[in-house]
Amino acid sequence: MELDTIMKKSMNVTLGLLSRVSGSERVKQWNLREPALNLVYQGMRHSVRAGNLVQSRFMAKKTLKPGEALAKSTKPKKDLFDLSLTREQQMVRDELIKFAKQEMRPLARDVENGIVPDNFFDQVNELGLALSGVPEAIEGAGTVRSPVSGVLMAEDMAYGDMSLALAALSPLGFVNTLTEFGSRDQQSQYLPAFTGEKFIAATIALMEPRARFNPNKLTTVAVPTNAGYRINGIKCMVPMGKKSEVMIVFALLPGHGNRGFIIESHHPGITTTLESNMGLSAAGMSRVVFEDVEVPKSALLGESEVHYSHQRMLDLAKIGVCALSLGTCQAVLDFVINYANERIAFGEPISNRQAVAFMIADMAIELESMRMLTYRAAGRAEQGLSFHREAYLAQMMCAQRTMQIGTNGVQILGGHGFVCEYPVELWYRQLRAIGILEGTLVV
Amino acid sequence: MINLEIPKKLQQVGAMAHSVAEGMFRPISRKYDKFEHVYPSELDMLRSILQGMEDGGTGMGAEGLSQDKKSKSKSKSKDIKNGSNMAVVLNMMEICWGDSGLALTIPGQGLGNAAIAAVATSEQKKRFTGKWAAMAITEPDAGSDSASINATARLDGDEWVLNGEKIFVTCGERADLVVIWASLDKSLGRAAIKSFVVEKGTPGMKVTHLEKKLGIRASDTATIILDNCRIPRNNILGSESIDTKKSFAGVMQTFDNTRPVVAAMSVGVATAALDLTRELLNREGMRFNYRGTRFEISTIESEIYRMEADLEAARLLMFKAAWMADNGKPNSKEASMAKAKAGRVGNEITLRCVELCGSLGYSEDYLLEKWARDSKIFDIFEGTQQIQQLVVARRLLKKSSKDLK
Repeated sequence: MELDTIMKKSMNVTLGLLSRVSGSERVKQWNLREPALNLVYQGMRHSVRAGNLVQSRFMAKKTLKPGEALAKSTKPKKDLFDLSLTREQQMVRDELIKFAKQEMRPLARDVENGIVPDNFFDQVNELGLALSGVPEAIEGAGTVRSPVSGVLMAEDMAYGDMSLALAALSPLGFVNTLTEFGSRDQQSQYLPAFTGEKFIAATIALMEPRARFNPNKLTTVAVPTNAGYRINGIKCMVPMGKKSEVMIVFALLPGHGNRGFIIESHHPGITTTLESNMGLSAAGMSRVVFEDVEVPKSALLGESEVHYSHQRMLDLAKIGVCALSLGTCQAVLDFVINYANERIAFGEPISNRQAVAFMIADMAIELESMRMLTYRAAGRAEQGLSFHREAYLAQMMCAQRTMQIGTNGVQILGGHGFVCEYPVELWYRQLRAIGILEGTLVV
Repeated sequence: MINLEIPKKLQQVGAMAHSVAEGMFRPISRKYDKFEHVYPSELDMLRSILQGMEDGGTGMGAEGLSQDKKSKSKSKSKDIKNGSNMAVVLNMMEICWGDSGLALTIPGQGLGNAAIAAVATSEQKKRFTGKWAAMAITEPDAGSDSASINATARLDGDEWVLNGEKIFVTCGERADLVVIWASLDKSLGRAAIKSFVVEKGTPGMKVTHLEKKLGIRASDTATIILDNCRIPRNNILGSESIDTKKSFAGVMQTFDNTRPVVAAMSVGVATAALDLTRELLNREGMRFNYRGTRFEISTIESEIYRMEADLEAARLLMFKAAWMADNGKPNSKEASMAKAKAGRVGNEITLRCVELCGSLGYSEDYLLEKWARDSKIFDIFEGTQQIQQLVVARRLLKKSSKDLK
């Protein structure tokens, strides 16, 4: 309520300034060289966008009733060790692998400049990935939280391209976090937007730019105010940060540990800039600075309705990041198998040599090891069993073996691996992020 | 539905095996490491216990090892099964947590039993039931290259005449039967290799030597000489005819079922080492609770987690291979993956545990040094690490043994 008033006020002030300074019909000729005018322009842009969004995008048409939220866990029908997918999972997998091969892989090199064509996101939206995480009662298609399905989707998308996968899956990570930890009001307000005809970018902001970053010791701080909270801090490696219309920011709430805050990106005090990193440029990794950002009480993830566990959030995201590594490592493995079979040296394919063949065998063995640990952690999470240890170990293994596979992928191609004509150097750069990412993709 | 938890029913089987390992094997573990070549008579009692378990359908016996042919032929049946292959690897893992040398010399549980279970006719199965069967493949000049064995079998009337020398025969002295690999015609290469069942005491078969070893000392490892050893014609396993396309592959198929079992041995021993190491480090005030980022925990904590992760991966790969066999899925690649992973991490872990526990690890007061010696064999027998890599690589790269040597 109060926030709305503030915004309306600031809009009025801005428009008033505008007419006074500009003299109306010369607006077109502004080239915004003068600092004063630039300020005014920015101010107006902010307010207009803010006004639009608050009124249109994230509105609850219906409030989730108790019992309509996604079930938190499912027990398997039969108590059996099982590695087979459900029918739906298999159908989604077939679809996504096709999409990964036909749409993502050919695009991977072009989007290295960070510009992803809009129609890619249209296609992603048609796949309805986020839809599966939204409860049926509010126009979604989900009935139960399924970390395993999340893992499979991330794996298959990353098989196409990890960078695009992160971009495409950022709404799913947001949706999953909200269905896991959001109050019914929050879910009702934010989730329906993800079931529409348009791709809505949304993201998670957790990481902070310093060496030895510890996701449990955040330096971004939320201070309680009369109206809500005031947030200050710097976040980095926020996928789709710049494009996202809404994000969940994690900050230390003194006395209450680390908590999430749902914030729409237009809020005054938020500055977002694109980062330049070793890889993952298509993911739109952004740095987001929060400077005295005032949010209402209702922004607190889960409000007083849902118990928030920071560890659980981190663990679900560890599994998500592991899943990404599986897909990209599988891409490397499949690629070097073909390459080693075709590349002739000393009169025969290099795959005829144990030195090369054994490297490939080890890549496959370690990848399958990573997969087993990731699936087990996800399976336990899905069944409502404890999974902290399993997620911790999976991350430990994936962080290390992933890079081994990445670097050996380049090694097998030799000099060809080092040049951009082949994708292995791209995967090498992407895979380096696996040991770094935290909180990036909640499954 | 993806679920990598062991079902309750199997957990109970495992718990039973674990208590046997703890109550019967651990107390005599050091004794038979010291007294190599002395038969552990304590195991005779176990034989009857195991027989009981098997009759109850939860056996750990080698007989349980087979591709489930029923579900293979009726591929329409989509019901997932956790069957005998999974039970066998689980049991073996738990038993080897107690002692792997003793596990290898449990009466009636030889590798030969696995071969008989896999390929014997029903008449043969009846004749050999309840008997302990060893497996004799390796020769002085043929180890990993099992296709180049020199032992021969010649048909003379209604009898096979066997000649040759077999080494590294596990249970070679103690078993009731020995399954001998021999060639019908060396000029025909691997296709002519067949396996034959020889009963203990058959004239012409003699145990000439027992090895002294680095580890698994409780298990006897024999050299066997065959000198015009005559056995009945129907003691051949599989067909007499030489099919250059199929025969050897048939013989090798046994390995798809036994490799996950060796992986289980390795996982069992490494689990024992890691359990004790954690206990000894606990006494020094170290706690392992999976808190703290990878970049701020102590080196020793990090080492423990890394080993745990590798061990868990090996265990899951082992179950995967066994699960595939239980559900009639071809698992040659996965069986080798499981053994490659388990063999190497088992050995690494046991050796590292000795180091982490320092003088206690190296001392014979504890079993850590013994496990570090025992574990080496799991990366060697039933196909060395390198042979497993070769199998996996050939499958991945779709290579024949001619192309990828």
